[in-house]
Amino acid sequence: MCLGVPGEVIEIQVDGRGRAAVGEVEMAVNLHLTPEAKIGDFVMVHAGTALEVMNTAAAEASIKLLGELSEREARAETLFADIETSAAQLDATTIMEVCGTHTTAIARSDIRARLPRNIDLISGPGCPVCVTPPGEIDMAIDLALSGRATIATFGDMLHVPGSRGSLESARVDGADVVVVYGPEQALELARGREGEVVFLGVGFETTAPLIAGAVKDADRSRLTNFSALVMHRLVPPALTALLSDPDSAIDGLLCPGHVSTVIGVAPYEPIARDFGVASVIAGFEPLDVLEATTMLVAKMARGEGGVGNQYARAVKYEGSRKAQELINEVFEVVDGSWRGVGIIPDSALALRGEWGRFDARRRFELEMHEVPEPPGCRCGEILGGRAKPLECPLWGHSCLPQTPVGPCMVSSEGSCRAAYIYG
Amino acid sequence: MGSGEKLRMGHGSGGRLTAELIDGFFGAGFEPGELDDAATVSLGQERFAFTTDSFVVDPLFFPGGDIGRLAVFGTVNDLAAQGAEPAYLSLAVVGSEGFELDLLRRIMGSVSEAAVEAGVRVVTGDTKVMEHSALRGVVLNTAGVGRLRDGAQISAGRVQAGDIVIVTGPLGDHEAAVLCHRYDFGLDGVKSDCASVAGAAAAVIGAVGQELRWMRDPTRGGLATVLNELASQIGASVEIVQSAVPVSPAVRDTADILGLDPLYLACEGRLVLVVSAQSADEAVAALQERGGCPQAIAVGRVNETGSARPRVELLTEFGGRRILRYLTADQQPRIC
Repeated sequence: MCLGVPGEVIEIQVDGRGRAAVGEVEMAVNLHLTPEAKIGDFVMVHAGTALEVMNTAAAEASIKLLGELSEREARAETLFADIETSAAQLDATTIMEVCGTHTTAIARSDIRARLPRNIDLISGPGCPVCVTPPGEIDMAIDLALSGRATIATFGDMLHVPGSRGSLESARVDGADVVVVYGPEQALELARGREGEVVFLGVGFETTAPLIAGAVKDADRSRLTNFSALVMHRLVPPALTALLSDPDSAIDGLLCPGHVSTVIGVAPYEPIARDFGVASVIAGFEPLDVLEATTMLVAKMARGEGGVGNQYARAVKYEGSRKAQELINEVFEVVDGSWRGVGIIPDSALALRGEWGRFDARRRFELEMHEVPEPPGCRCGEILGGRAKPLECPLWGHSCLPQTPVGPCMVSSEGSCRAAYIYG
Repeated sequence: MGSGEKLRMGHGSGGRLTAELIDGFFGAGFEPGELDDAATVSLGQERFAFTTDSFVVDPLFFPGGDIGRLAVFGTVNDLAAQGAEPAYLSLAVVGSEGFELDLLRRIMGSVSEAAVEAGVRVVTGDTKVMEHSALRGVVLNTAGVGRLRDGAQISAGRVQAGDIVIVTGPLGDHEAAVLCHRYDFGLDGVKSDCASVAGAAAAVIGAVGQELRWMRDPTRGGLATVLNELASQIGASVEIVQSAVPVSPAVRDTADILGLDPLYLACEGRLVLVVSAQSADEAVAALQERGGCPQAIAVGRVNETGSARPRVELLTEFGGRRILRYLTADQQPRIC
């Protein structure tokens, strides 16, 4: 669900900003979540912000391994063989990859086709734009069309359909919608113009601290024309809701790496224990996913529960304290509506009262109206692992990447879209 | 029409929406032929390639080039890919009121330089100015014409099962450079590949003649999109080997940061060629030795033509297959 790239810190400025080298590309990074970072450290960069200082030795080793094709291929063969061995001791087993970026990595390298027949990988709810309900998107669209504000958004949100079009179609109708790479650009946009700029706060725990940081930044620099329309969702409550369903067929979980960079390992432990599902936190390179699957299948073959961490180079047990504190300082936990799923208790974030002046909902008196799911769309079941994209009557017919009906076709990592794009 | 439909950004992205849009436009007086980037036309006994292209790029100046170079090479390359020797260009400039003349001079300087580099002459043109509220910056259009080279027979219809797919160098450099500049990433190593491919085309036509079946310059939508266009034109099934596709590390890193796929990133100085299997090695050698493309390489093959299920497939690193579809919208930086 959350893109992140390892970058080596090459410059640190006094204002908590700096530059990092991501391979051969240098970029500006906001270092406010990683004040301990030193020159030469590797940090995990998400939308222009360093989330965490990485375990440098592990990061270097993985970068080196990623460079050598023959080594990668050899490693993959070993892992496939290990999976085979463990799988032989298991009955039919269903593993959910919670995160949409895992779904994409799995589809892009066609890992699924090479897994043993009794291991079924299904795609979970792990895409924040997928799960944004149409009512919230309508709210953003209406605001954009009213001409009262410029909407700054991550590119992902542009094509997500509300009940009457998308932000892209609003732009066609004259709304001012600007795609940004990160919050820094949204703040810059606000500084550069007189009119109101509203940044769409979408994303899971990975992205939430960035929006929190932007709000605090706007406060510090007394920016009066910046606000956020916060639609963040939280992963552990959604997992609890999915696994509480008596029809749930899920035996194991591949947990999202970059969400875990922020929240750590602990929040998954009660889930793994209460529902008896083995879990492993996974990174995002195809080899990471493969290695995590190997760990998970081995765990299940041994009849072992608990939470494993394949992605130790970017995930500490306790997560990022700094990011957690920032989220708690700026946001409060509220009930959230998930597209295709419904209301999940304590699964969303909203700006706390003391930050209300940066809350676009208040500033523009926006109200969310619940919108019924489109008829025929089975996204709800697909997100819950109870149906597959091809079982939906709309998939590949009226529901296509250029005219998506439901959330799973919307995002480039939605399971329906991945099934369509990668075949 | 009266359908209330409106133009979307995706209609200009060179992907499926573009194809659908122009399909709906043809009427009397349109003869789109094979829908290649350039048309072949006859005047008397002589055969020519003829094309036009408009250039909108933000930023106007980027590492490795600017809109002026792009306007010349874009049209030159469309002619070259059709097997022609680019000769004459027209140039139309639409600028916004208030646009700085110094910038316009720089752009025109680039047009002039690029024309000399590509061996073409700009022989006619037009200038219009729009109010600042109607246009920001500058838009260029070039049209071009050139005589078809002897021995060149570039046509999707000549592609056969077993033919080999060749690219002339690393992919995605142009779009990665533009994106890097737009999002203020450091640029070490990422430069637009913006250049004429006429020399490369001449070298390969000289070496293998009609064994060269088809070629295109993979601009908007990149390699995946031009191969999809080929596949849908002739019902081809095309297979690309991921590990063979050259992508520079800097382009890969840029794509990773923004969540984009290099196979869909635009090039402005590359060719994708389809050559018969027996002449493929010779074509690669000619490109490397005489065509100025040291990194030219075979990346895949055409498995089938006349198929009811045209498709482009990628053989992945771990021995899997995935379908490379048309680019459906312009690529945007993502968080997920």
